[in-house]
Amino acid sequence: MINFRSIKAIYIFEMSRTFRTLIQSLVSPILSTVLYFIVFGTAIGNNINFTNEIPYGAFIVPGLVILTISMQSVNNASFGIFFPKFLGTTYEILSAPISYVEIVIGYVGASATKSFCLGLLILMTSTFFVDLDIKFPILMLCMLLLSCVSFSLLGFIIGIVSDNFEQINFVPMIIITPLVFLGGSFYTIDVLPDFWQTITLFNPIFYLVSGFRYSFFGTGEVNIIISIFSISLFILLCIIIIWRIFKTGYKIKT
Amino acid sequence: MQTIIEIKNLRKIYKDNKVALDDVNLNIFKGEIIALLGPNGAGKTTLISNICGISSITSGDIKVNGFDVVDNYREARKCIGIVPQELSFEPFEKVINTVNFSRQLFGKKPDEKYIENLLKKLSLWDKKDQIIRSLSGGMKRRVLIAKALSHEPDVLFLDEPTAGVDVELRKDMWNTIKNLQNSGVTIILTTHYIEEAELMANRIAVINNGKILLIDKKDNLIDRMSKKTLIIHTNSKINKIDKALGKFKLRISKDKKNLEYDYSPNKKKTGITTLLNEIKKTGIELIDVQTKQSNLEQIFVEILKND
Repeated sequence: MINFRSIKAIYIFEMSRTFRTLIQSLVSPILSTVLYFIVFGTAIGNNINFTNEIPYGAFIVPGLVILTISMQSVNNASFGIFFPKFLGTTYEILSAPISYVEIVIGYVGASATKSFCLGLLILMTSTFFVDLDIKFPILMLCMLLLSCVSFSLLGFIIGIVSDNFEQINFVPMIIITPLVFLGGSFYTIDVLPDFWQTITLFNPIFYLVSGFRYSFFGTGEVNIIISIFSISLFILLCIIIIWRIFKTGYKIKT
Repeated sequence: MQTIIEIKNLRKIYKDNKVALDDVNLNIFKGEIIALLGPNGAGKTTLISNICGISSITSGDIKVNGFDVVDNYREARKCIGIVPQELSFEPFEKVINTVNFSRQLFGKKPDEKYIENLLKKLSLWDKKDQIIRSLSGGMKRRVLIAKALSHEPDVLFLDEPTAGVDVELRKDMWNTIKNLQNSGVTIILTTHYIEEAELMANRIAVINNGKILLIDKKDNLIDRMSKKTLIIHTNSKINKIDKALGKFKLRISKDKKNLEYDYSPNKKKTGITTLLNEIKKTGIELIDVQTKQSNLEQIFVEILKND
Protein backbone atom coordinates (compact mmCIF):
# COMPACT_ATOMS: atom_id res chain seq x y z
CA MET A 1 0.00 0.00 0.00
CA ILE A 2 1.29 3.46 -0.88
CA ASN A 3 2.30 5.56 2.11
CA PHE A 4 0.59 8.80 1.04
CA ARG A 5 1.25 10.51 4.36
CA SER A 6 5.02 10.13 4.01
CA ILE A 7 4.94 11.33 0.38
CA LYS A 8 2.91 14.33 1.50
CA ALA A 9 5.39 15.05 4.30
CA ILE A 10 8.34 15.15 1.88
CA TYR A 11 6.34 17.09 -0.72
CA ILE A 12 5.18 19.77 1.73
CA PHE A 13 8.62 20.03 3.34
CA GLU A 14 10.21 20.60 -0.08
CA MET A 15 7.53 23.07 -1.16
CA SER A 16 7.97 25.04 2.06
CA ARG A 17 11.61 25.56 1.11
CA THR A 18 10.36 27.37 -2.02
CA PHE A 19 8.19 29.69 0.05
CA ARG A 20 11.15 30.49 2.29
CA THR A 21 13.16 31.50 -0.77
CA LEU A 22 10.35 32.85 -2.90
CA ILE A 23 12.38 35.71 -4.36
CA GLN A 24 15.17 33.47 -5.68
CA SER A 25 12.69 30.80 -6.74
CA LEU A 26 10.45 33.01 -8.87
CA VAL A 27 11.73 36.51 -9.44
CA SER A 28 15.15 35.53 -10.75
CA PRO A 29 13.98 33.15 -13.54
CA ILE A 30 11.14 35.47 -14.53
CA LEU A 31 13.50 38.43 -14.74
CA SER A 32 15.89 36.43 -16.94
CA THR A 33 13.02 35.52 -19.25
CA VAL A 34 11.90 39.14 -19.48
CA LEU A 35 15.43 40.10 -20.51
CA TYR A 36 15.40 37.41 -23.21
CA PHE A 37 12.11 38.82 -24.52
CA ILE A 38 13.45 42.35 -24.55
CA VAL A 39 16.71 41.43 -26.28
CA PHE A 40 15.71 38.58 -28.62
CA GLY A 41 11.98 39.18 -28.94
CA THR A 42 11.89 42.93 -29.36
CA ALA A 43 15.32 44.43 -30.01
CA ILE A 44 16.77 41.79 -32.35
CA GLY A 45 13.65 39.76 -33.07
CA ASN A 46 11.97 42.41 -35.21
CA ASN A 47 14.65 41.78 -37.82
CA ILE A 48 14.35 37.99 -37.76
CA ASN A 49 11.74 35.90 -39.49
CA PHE A 50 12.03 32.10 -39.56
CA THR A 51 8.43 31.38 -40.35
CA ASN A 52 6.12 33.58 -42.29
CA GLU A 53 3.14 33.02 -40.03
CA ILE A 54 4.67 33.31 -36.56
CA PRO A 55 6.31 36.52 -35.28
CA TYR A 56 9.77 35.81 -33.88
CA GLY A 57 8.81 37.06 -30.39
CA ALA A 58 6.07 34.43 -30.17
CA PHE A 59 8.24 31.80 -31.87
CA ILE A 60 10.80 31.83 -29.04
CA VAL A 61 8.23 31.53 -26.21
CA PRO A 62 8.21 27.67 -26.08
CA GLY A 63 12.01 27.58 -26.22
CA LEU A 64 12.32 30.15 -23.44
CA VAL A 65 9.89 28.20 -21.24
CA ILE A 66 11.86 24.99 -21.84
CA LEU A 67 15.14 26.79 -21.15
CA THR A 68 13.93 28.05 -17.77
CA ILE A 69 12.00 25.03 -16.57
CA SER A 70 14.75 22.61 -17.57
CA MET A 71 17.28 24.53 -15.48
CA GLN A 72 14.87 25.06 -12.60
CA SER A 73 13.68 21.43 -12.55
CA VAL A 74 17.23 20.12 -12.49
CA ASN A 75 18.26 22.63 -9.81
CA ASN A 76 15.20 22.06 -7.61
CA ALA A 77 15.39 18.28 -7.69
CA SER A 78 19.15 18.04 -7.40
CA PHE A 79 19.33 20.41 -4.44
CA GLY A 80 16.24 18.79 -2.91
CA ILE A 81 18.05 15.47 -2.46
CA PHE A 82 21.63 16.75 -2.31
CA PHE A 83 20.94 19.12 0.57
CA PRO A 84 19.85 16.36 3.00
CA LYS A 85 22.93 14.40 1.89
CA PHE A 86 25.11 17.44 2.55
CA LEU A 87 23.46 18.13 5.93
CA GLY A 88 23.45 14.46 6.93
CA THR A 89 19.68 14.26 7.31
CA THR A 90 19.14 11.43 4.82
CA TYR A 91 19.31 9.03 7.78
CA GLU A 92 15.74 10.05 8.56
CA ILE A 93 14.44 9.34 5.05
CA LEU A 94 16.31 6.03 4.85
CA SER A 95 15.09 4.84 8.26
CA ALA A 96 11.45 5.82 7.60
CA PRO A 97 8.83 3.23 6.58
CA ILE A 98 8.78 4.54 3.04
CA SER A 99 9.66 2.89 -0.27
CA TYR A 100 12.09 4.28 -2.82
CA VAL A 101 9.24 4.99 -5.22
CA GLU A 102 7.54 7.09 -2.56
CA ILE A 103 10.75 9.01 -1.86
CA VAL A 104 11.10 9.79 -5.58
CA ILE A 105 7.44 10.84 -5.88
CA GLY A 106 7.87 13.21 -2.92
CA TYR A 107 11.04 14.92 -4.13
CA VAL A 108 10.43 14.85 -7.88
CA GLY A 109 6.76 15.78 -7.39
CA ALA A 110 7.71 18.89 -5.41
CA SER A 111 10.39 19.86 -7.90
CA ALA A 112 8.11 19.36 -10.91
CA THR A 113 5.31 21.34 -9.22
CA LYS A 114 7.62 24.32 -8.66
CA SER A 115 8.84 24.24 -12.26
CA PHE A 116 5.31 23.77 -13.65
CA CYS A 117 4.09 26.86 -11.75
CA LEU A 118 7.14 28.77 -12.94
CA GLY A 119 6.48 27.70 -16.54
CA LEU A 120 2.93 29.04 -16.30
CA LEU A 121 4.20 32.31 -14.79
CA ILE A 122 6.66 32.71 -17.66
CA LEU A 123 3.87 32.11 -20.15
CA MET A 124 1.79 34.77 -18.41
CA THR A 125 4.76 37.14 -18.45
CA SER A 126 5.29 36.53 -22.17
CA THR A 127 1.78 37.79 -22.92
CA PHE A 128 2.99 41.26 -21.88
CA PHE A 129 5.44 41.19 -24.78
CA VAL A 130 3.82 39.10 -27.53
CA ASP A 131 0.36 38.07 -28.68
CA LEU A 132 0.12 34.43 -27.76
CA ASP A 133 -2.58 32.19 -29.13
CA ILE A 134 -2.08 28.65 -27.90
CA LYS A 135 -3.56 26.22 -30.40
CA PHE A 136 -3.67 23.09 -28.20
CA PRO A 137 -3.77 24.28 -24.55
CA ILE A 138 -4.34 20.82 -23.01
CA LEU A 139 -1.48 19.35 -25.03
CA MET A 140 0.66 22.33 -24.05
CA LEU A 141 -0.01 21.71 -20.33
CA CYS A 142 0.72 17.99 -20.76
CA MET A 143 3.99 18.73 -22.58
CA LEU A 144 4.94 21.26 -19.91
CA LEU A 145 4.22 18.75 -17.16
CA LEU A 146 6.15 15.97 -18.91
CA SER A 147 9.11 18.31 -19.38
CA CYS A 148 9.07 19.32 -15.70
CA VAL A 149 8.88 15.69 -14.57
CA SER A 150 11.61 14.50 -16.94
CA PHE A 151 14.11 17.21 -15.94
CA SER A 152 13.23 16.79 -12.26
CA LEU A 153 14.02 13.08 -12.54
CA LEU A 154 17.33 13.99 -14.17
CA GLY A 155 17.99 16.51 -11.37
CA PHE A 156 17.22 13.87 -8.75
CA ILE A 157 19.84 11.59 -10.30
CA ILE A 158 22.37 14.43 -10.39
CA GLY A 159 21.65 15.24 -6.74
CA ILE A 160 22.30 11.66 -5.68
CA VAL A 161 25.47 11.06 -7.66
CA SER A 162 27.03 14.45 -6.87
CA ASP A 163 29.56 14.67 -4.09
CA ASN A 164 29.81 18.45 -3.91
CA PHE A 165 28.20 21.69 -5.09
CA GLU A 166 30.53 21.99 -8.10
CA GLN A 167 29.28 18.69 -9.49
CA ILE A 168 25.66 19.75 -8.90
CA ASN A 169 26.20 22.84 -11.05
CA PHE A 170 28.28 21.05 -13.67
CA VAL A 171 25.52 19.20 -15.55
CA PRO A 172 23.05 22.11 -15.85
CA MET A 173 25.72 24.58 -16.90
CA ILE A 174 27.89 22.40 -19.13
CA ILE A 175 25.33 20.03 -20.63
CA ILE A 176 21.74 21.23 -20.36
CA THR A 177 22.19 24.91 -21.24
CA PRO A 178 24.14 24.16 -24.46
CA LEU A 179 21.65 21.44 -25.44
CA VAL A 180 18.72 23.82 -24.97
CA PHE A 181 20.42 26.61 -26.92
CA LEU A 182 21.40 24.19 -29.70
CA GLY A 183 18.05 22.40 -29.65
CA GLY A 184 16.17 24.92 -31.75
CA SER A 185 14.93 27.13 -28.90
CA PHE A 186 15.69 30.32 -30.81
CA TYR A 187 15.73 29.11 -34.43
CA THR A 188 14.53 26.38 -36.75
CA ILE A 189 17.16 23.82 -37.59
CA ASP A 190 16.74 24.27 -41.34
CA VAL A 191 18.84 27.45 -41.03
CA LEU A 192 21.80 25.28 -39.97
CA PRO A 193 24.26 23.62 -42.36
CA ASP A 194 23.41 19.98 -43.18
CA PHE A 195 26.07 18.58 -40.86
CA TRP A 196 24.78 20.51 -37.83
CA GLN A 197 21.20 19.62 -38.73
CA THR A 198 22.18 15.96 -38.46
CA ILE A 199 23.96 16.57 -35.14
CA THR A 200 20.87 18.35 -33.78
CA LEU A 201 18.78 15.24 -34.43
CA PHE A 202 20.76 13.55 -31.62
CA ASN A 203 19.86 16.31 -29.17
CA PRO A 204 16.91 15.17 -27.02
CA ILE A 205 15.97 18.77 -26.17
CA PHE A 206 15.28 19.40 -29.87
CA TYR A 207 12.33 16.97 -29.77
CA LEU A 208 11.08 18.54 -26.55
CA VAL A 209 11.15 22.09 -27.95
CA SER A 210 9.60 20.92 -31.21
CA GLY A 211 6.75 19.14 -29.43
CA PHE A 212 6.16 22.05 -27.11
CA ARG A 213 6.14 24.47 -30.04
CA TYR A 214 3.64 22.25 -31.85
CA SER A 215 1.21 22.62 -28.94
CA PHE A 216 1.44 26.42 -29.34
CA PHE A 217 1.32 26.85 -33.08
CA GLY A 218 0.20 23.50 -34.51
CA THR A 219 3.50 23.16 -36.31
CA GLY A 220 6.78 21.62 -35.20
CA GLU A 221 9.98 20.47 -36.79
CA VAL A 222 9.27 16.80 -36.06
CA ASN A 223 6.03 14.89 -35.71
CA ILE A 224 4.38 15.43 -32.33
CA ILE A 225 4.20 11.64 -31.79
CA ILE A 226 7.98 11.43 -32.13
CA SER A 227 8.33 14.27 -29.61
CA ILE A 228 6.07 12.58 -27.05
CA PHE A 229 7.83 9.26 -27.64
CA SER A 230 11.24 10.91 -27.08
CA ILE A 231 10.20 12.53 -23.79
CA SER A 232 8.64 9.26 -22.61
CA LEU A 233 11.82 7.41 -23.50
CA PHE A 234 13.87 9.96 -21.55
CA ILE A 235 11.59 9.61 -18.50
CA LEU A 236 11.82 5.82 -18.72
CA LEU A 237 15.62 6.00 -18.87
CA CYS A 238 15.73 8.26 -15.79
CA ILE A 239 13.39 5.91 -13.89
CA ILE A 240 15.60 2.91 -14.74
CA ILE A 241 18.70 4.78 -13.50
CA ILE A 242 16.96 5.82 -10.27
CA TRP A 243 15.69 2.27 -9.73
CA ARG A 244 19.23 0.99 -10.16
CA ILE A 245 20.62 3.62 -7.77
CA PHE A 246 18.18 2.62 -5.03
CA LYS A 247 18.59 -1.07 -5.74
CA THR A 248 22.35 -0.87 -5.26
CA GLY A 249 22.26 1.95 -2.69
CA TYR A 250 24.80 3.82 -4.85
CA LYS A 251 25.88 7.03 -3.07
CA ILE A 252 22.95 6.72 -0.68
CA LYS A 253 23.63 3.74 1.52
CA THR A 254 26.95 2.49 2.79
CA MET B 1 11.49 -11.30 29.03
CA GLN B 2 10.02 -10.39 25.68
CA THR B 3 12.54 -9.96 22.86
CA ILE B 4 11.97 -6.80 20.81
CA ILE B 5 15.04 -7.00 18.55
CA GLU B 6 16.53 -10.26 17.37
CA ILE B 7 19.80 -10.27 15.45
CA LYS B 8 21.11 -13.51 13.97
CA ASN B 9 24.45 -14.10 12.27
CA LEU B 10 24.69 -10.51 11.08
CA ARG B 11 27.62 -9.68 8.83
CA LYS B 12 28.44 -6.39 7.21
CA ILE B 13 31.31 -6.13 4.77
CA TYR B 14 32.03 -2.80 3.09
CA LYS B 15 33.07 -2.44 -0.54
CA ASP B 16 36.72 -2.13 0.47
CA ASN B 17 36.34 -5.63 2.06
CA LYS B 18 36.49 -4.19 5.56
CA VAL B 19 34.50 -6.44 7.88
CA ALA B 20 32.45 -4.05 10.01
CA LEU B 21 30.23 -6.66 11.67
CA ASP B 22 31.29 -10.26 12.01
CA ASP B 23 28.60 -12.82 12.86
CA VAL B 24 26.77 -10.70 15.40
CA ASN B 25 24.06 -12.40 17.45
CA LEU B 26 22.10 -10.30 19.87
CA ASN B 27 18.69 -10.25 21.53
CA ILE B 28 17.39 -7.00 22.97
CA PHE B 29 14.57 -7.16 25.49
CA LYS B 30 11.54 -4.95 25.72
CA GLY B 31 11.85 -2.06 28.17
CA GLU B 32 15.57 -2.37 28.86
CA ILE B 33 18.43 0.03 28.32
CA ILE B 34 21.26 -1.79 26.64
CA ALA B 35 24.60 -0.09 26.16
CA LEU B 36 26.80 -1.01 23.21
CA LEU B 37 30.22 -0.27 24.53
CA GLY B 38 33.26 -0.17 22.31
CA PRO B 39 36.10 1.98 21.04
CA ASN B 40 35.81 4.13 17.90
CA GLY B 41 35.40 2.01 14.78
CA ALA B 42 34.25 -1.03 16.76
CA GLY B 43 31.05 -1.39 14.71
CA LYS B 44 28.49 0.23 17.02
CA THR B 45 27.11 2.73 14.51
CA THR B 46 27.19 0.15 11.70
CA LEU B 47 25.08 -2.19 13.83
CA ILE B 48 22.51 0.55 14.42
CA SER B 49 22.57 1.55 10.75
CA ASN B 50 21.90 -2.05 9.72
CA ILE B 51 18.93 -2.35 12.06
CA CYS B 52 17.43 0.98 10.95
CA GLY B 53 17.90 0.50 7.19
CA ILE B 54 20.50 3.23 6.78
CA SER B 55 23.08 0.76 5.51
CA SER B 56 22.50 -2.52 3.75
CA ILE B 57 23.06 -5.91 5.36
CA THR B 58 25.61 -8.28 3.80
CA SER B 59 24.11 -11.40 5.40
CA GLY B 60 22.10 -12.44 8.43
CA ASP B 61 18.69 -11.57 9.84
CA ILE B 62 17.34 -8.75 11.95
CA LYS B 63 13.81 -8.71 13.33
CA VAL B 64 12.20 -5.80 15.15
CA ASN B 65 9.00 -6.65 17.01
CA GLY B 66 8.92 -9.84 14.92
CA PHE B 67 9.19 -7.98 11.59
CA ASP B 68 12.16 -8.61 9.30
CA VAL B 69 13.94 -5.32 8.58
CA VAL B 70 14.37 -6.21 4.89
CA ASP B 71 11.26 -8.18 3.91
CA ASN B 72 8.89 -6.28 6.18
CA TYR B 73 10.76 -3.02 6.47
CA ARG B 74 7.69 -0.80 6.76
CA GLU B 75 6.38 -2.49 9.90
CA ALA B 76 9.86 -2.89 11.39
CA ARG B 77 10.83 0.75 10.87
CA LYS B 78 7.58 2.06 12.34
CA CYS B 79 8.79 0.69 15.69
CA ILE B 80 12.16 2.47 15.55
CA GLY B 81 13.35 5.96 16.34
CA ILE B 82 16.97 6.96 15.84
CA VAL B 83 19.03 9.80 17.25
CA PRO B 84 22.21 10.07 15.19
CA GLN B 85 25.62 10.93 16.51
CA GLU B 86 25.95 14.07 14.39
CA LEU B 87 23.68 17.06 14.91
CA SER B 88 22.07 16.83 11.46
CA PHE B 89 19.31 19.31 10.69
CA GLU B 90 17.67 21.49 8.11
CA PRO B 91 19.15 24.62 9.76
CA PHE B 92 16.50 27.14 8.73
CA GLU B 93 13.50 25.07 9.78
CA LYS B 94 11.47 25.75 12.92
CA VAL B 95 11.60 23.20 15.73
CA ILE B 96 7.87 22.44 15.58
CA ASN B 97 7.93 21.99 11.79
CA THR B 98 10.84 19.58 11.78
CA VAL B 99 9.27 17.47 14.55
CA ASN B 100 5.90 17.41 12.75
CA PHE B 101 7.70 16.46 9.53
CA SER B 102 9.34 13.48 11.23
CA ARG B 103 6.01 12.25 12.61
CA GLN B 104 4.32 12.38 9.21
CA LEU B 105 7.33 10.92 7.41
CA PHE B 106 6.80 7.84 9.54
CA GLY B 107 3.20 7.69 8.34
CA LYS B 108 1.56 8.98 11.53
CA LYS B 109 -1.39 11.36 11.55
CA PRO B 110 -0.61 14.86 12.83
CA ASP B 111 -1.24 15.00 16.59
CA GLU B 112 -0.77 18.44 18.09
CA LYS B 113 -1.40 17.27 21.65
CA TYR B 114 1.19 14.50 21.51
CA ILE B 115 3.81 16.79 19.97
CA GLU B 116 3.07 19.47 22.56
CA ASN B 117 3.53 16.97 25.41
CA LEU B 118 6.69 15.60 23.85
CA LEU B 119 8.24 19.03 23.44
CA LYS B 120 7.25 19.98 26.99
CA LYS B 121 8.80 16.78 28.33
CA LEU B 122 12.05 17.66 26.55
CA SER B 123 11.89 21.32 27.66
CA LEU B 124 11.53 22.43 24.06
CA TRP B 125 8.00 23.82 24.06
CA ASP B 126 9.09 27.43 24.57
CA LYS B 127 11.55 27.01 21.69
CA LYS B 128 9.06 25.49 19.24
CA ASP B 129 8.98 28.51 16.91
CA GLN B 130 12.72 29.09 16.88
CA ILE B 131 14.75 28.10 13.87
CA ILE B 132 17.06 25.22 14.66
CA ARG B 133 20.33 26.95 13.90
CA SER B 134 19.64 29.47 16.67
CA LEU B 135 19.57 26.73 19.35
CA SER B 136 22.43 25.62 21.57
CA GLY B 137 24.12 22.24 21.03
CA GLY B 138 22.23 20.66 23.91
CA MET B 139 18.90 21.92 22.66
CA LYS B 140 19.69 20.66 19.17
CA ARG B 141 20.36 17.22 20.65
CA ARG B 142 16.94 17.39 22.33
CA VAL B 143 15.31 18.30 19.01
CA LEU B 144 16.87 15.16 17.53
CA ILE B 145 15.37 13.13 20.37
CA ALA B 146 11.99 14.81 19.82
CA LYS B 147 12.16 13.96 16.10
CA ALA B 148 13.03 10.35 16.90
CA LEU B 149 10.14 10.07 19.37
CA SER B 150 7.63 11.99 17.26
CA HIS B 151 6.11 8.83 15.78
CA GLU B 152 5.84 7.05 19.16
CA PRO B 153 8.41 4.29 18.55
CA ASP B 154 8.86 1.26 20.81
CA VAL B 155 12.62 1.28 20.36
CA LEU B 156 14.94 4.26 20.50
CA PHE B 157 18.52 4.18 19.26
CA LEU B 158 20.80 6.77 20.77
CA ASP B 159 24.11 6.90 18.98
CA GLU B 160 26.63 8.54 21.32
CA PRO B 161 23.98 10.88 22.77
CA THR B 162 26.36 12.73 25.05
CA ALA B 163 29.40 12.95 22.77
CA GLY B 164 30.90 16.42 23.12
CA VAL B 165 28.30 17.50 25.67
CA ASP B 166 29.31 19.23 28.91
CA VAL B 167 28.96 17.47 32.27
CA GLU B 168 25.80 19.25 33.39
CA LEU B 169 24.02 18.66 30.13
CA ARG B 170 25.19 15.06 30.10
CA LYS B 171 23.53 14.46 33.46
CA ASP B 172 20.42 16.18 32.19
CA MET B 173 20.44 13.89 29.16
CA TRP B 174 20.80 10.83 31.38
CA ASN B 175 17.70 11.88 33.30
CA THR B 176 15.83 12.28 30.03
CA ILE B 177 16.88 8.79 28.93
CA LYS B 178 15.83 7.26 32.26
CA ASN B 179 12.45 8.97 31.99
CA LEU B 180 12.03 7.56 28.49
CA GLN B 181 12.72 4.09 29.79
CA ASN B 182 10.15 4.61 32.52
CA SER B 183 7.60 5.49 29.85
CA GLY B 184 8.17 2.04 28.29
CA VAL B 185 10.63 2.78 25.49
CA THR B 186 13.41 0.24 24.88
CA ILE B 187 16.70 2.09 24.54
CA ILE B 188 19.84 1.04 22.72
CA LEU B 189 22.65 3.32 23.64
CA THR B 190 26.04 3.37 22.00
CA THR B 191 28.76 5.02 23.95
CA HIS B 192 32.43 4.97 24.70
CA TYR B 193 31.88 6.65 28.04
CA ILE B 194 32.11 3.80 30.54
CA GLU B 195 30.53 5.97 33.22
CA GLU B 196 27.48 6.42 31.01
CA ALA B 197 27.05 2.69 30.47
CA GLU B 198 27.62 1.97 34.15
CA LEU B 199 25.06 4.52 35.21
CA MET B 200 22.36 4.00 32.61
CA ALA B 201 22.33 0.47 31.28
CA ASN B 202 20.58 -2.66 32.48
CA ARG B 203 22.78 -4.74 30.20
CA ILE B 204 26.06 -4.07 28.51
CA ALA B 205 27.39 -5.51 25.28
CA VAL B 206 31.07 -4.98 24.60
CA ILE B 207 31.81 -4.74 20.88
CA ASN B 208 35.19 -4.59 19.18
CA ASN B 209 36.35 -5.25 15.62
CA GLY B 210 32.77 -6.00 14.60
CA LYS B 211 32.28 -8.75 17.17
CA ILE B 212 30.26 -8.81 20.34
CA LEU B 213 32.85 -9.90 22.87
CA LEU B 214 30.44 -10.34 25.73
CA ILE B 215 26.99 -9.35 26.81
CA ASP B 216 25.62 -9.50 30.31
CA LYS B 217 23.67 -7.66 32.97
CA LYS B 218 25.74 -4.76 34.17
CA ASP B 219 25.91 -5.99 37.79
CA ASN B 220 26.78 -9.54 36.69
CA LEU B 221 29.50 -8.20 34.47
CA ILE B 222 31.06 -6.19 37.24
CA ASP B 223 30.75 -9.14 39.65
CA ARG B 224 32.06 -11.67 37.18
CA MET B 225 34.94 -9.69 35.87
CA SER B 226 35.87 -7.58 38.82
CA LYS B 227 38.95 -7.88 41.01
CA LYS B 228 39.41 -6.44 44.46
CA THR B 229 42.57 -5.09 45.94
CA LEU B 230 43.34 -5.22 49.65
CA ILE B 231 45.50 -2.28 50.66
CA ILE B 232 47.41 -2.86 53.87
CA HIS B 233 48.71 0.32 55.50
CA THR B 234 51.79 -0.29 57.66
CA ASN B 235 53.66 1.70 60.24
CA SER B 236 57.10 1.24 58.72
CA LYS B 237 58.80 1.68 55.36
CA ILE B 238 58.86 -1.53 53.32
CA ASN B 239 61.79 -1.97 50.96
CA LYS B 240 61.52 -5.69 50.31
CA ILE B 241 58.77 -8.24 50.70
CA ASP B 242 59.53 -10.93 53.27
CA LYS B 243 60.16 -14.39 51.75
CA ALA B 244 57.35 -15.82 53.88
CA LEU B 245 54.90 -13.54 52.02
CA GLY B 246 56.20 -14.45 48.56
CA LYS B 247 53.31 -16.78 47.69
CA PHE B 248 50.78 -13.90 47.98
CA LYS B 249 52.26 -11.91 45.08
CA LEU B 250 52.09 -8.67 47.01
CA ARG B 251 53.02 -5.29 45.60
CA ILE B 252 54.68 -2.43 47.46
CA SER B 253 53.02 0.96 46.99
CA LYS B 254 54.99 3.90 45.60
CA ASP B 255 55.40 5.54 49.02
CA LYS B 256 56.64 2.15 50.33
CA LYS B 257 54.20 2.27 53.25
CA ASN B 258 51.47 -0.03 51.90
CA LEU B 259 51.21 -3.57 50.67
CA GLU B 260 48.68 -4.37 47.95
CA TYR B 261 47.04 -7.74 47.45
CA ASP B 262 44.74 -8.63 44.50
CA TYR B 263 42.00 -11.19 45.07
CA SER B 264 38.76 -12.29 43.52
CA PRO B 265 35.79 -11.60 45.81
CA ASN B 266 33.77 -14.38 44.14
CA LYS B 267 36.09 -17.18 45.26
CA LYS B 268 35.31 -19.03 48.48
CA LYS B 269 38.86 -18.62 49.77
CA THR B 270 40.24 -15.18 49.20
CA GLY B 271 43.46 -15.83 51.20
CA ILE B 272 43.00 -12.67 53.26
CA THR B 273 42.99 -14.39 56.68
CA THR B 274 46.15 -16.39 55.89
CA LEU B 275 47.85 -13.27 54.54
CA LEU B 276 47.08 -11.22 57.62
CA ASN B 277 48.30 -14.06 59.88
CA GLU B 278 51.56 -14.32 57.91
CA ILE B 279 52.07 -10.55 58.07
CA LYS B 280 51.56 -10.68 61.86
CA LYS B 281 54.29 -13.37 62.07
CA THR B 282 56.76 -11.14 60.20
CA GLY B 283 56.29 -8.45 62.84
CA ILE B 284 55.02 -5.75 60.47
CA GLU B 285 52.74 -3.42 62.40
CA LEU B 286 49.47 -2.61 60.65
CA ILE B 287 47.68 0.75 60.84
CA ASP B 288 44.71 0.15 58.59
CA VAL B 289 43.29 -2.09 55.86
CA GLN B 290 41.21 -0.97 52.92
CA THR B 291 39.64 -2.63 49.85
CA LYS B 292 39.27 -1.18 46.34
CA GLN B 293 36.97 -2.65 43.63
CA SER B 294 37.76 -2.42 39.93
CA ASN B 295 35.18 -0.47 37.95
CA LEU B 296 33.69 -1.06 34.51
CA GLU B 297 36.42 0.92 32.87
CA GLN B 298 39.12 -1.43 34.14
CA ILE B 299 36.99 -4.41 33.09
CA PHE B 300 36.49 -2.92 29.66
CA VAL B 301 40.20 -2.31 29.19
CA GLU B 302 40.86 -5.87 30.32
CA ILE B 303 38.36 -7.31 27.81
CA LEU B 304 39.79 -5.34 24.92
CA LYS B 305 43.32 -6.29 25.93
CA ASN B 306 42.37 -9.96 25.76
CA ASP B 307 40.59 -9.60 22.39
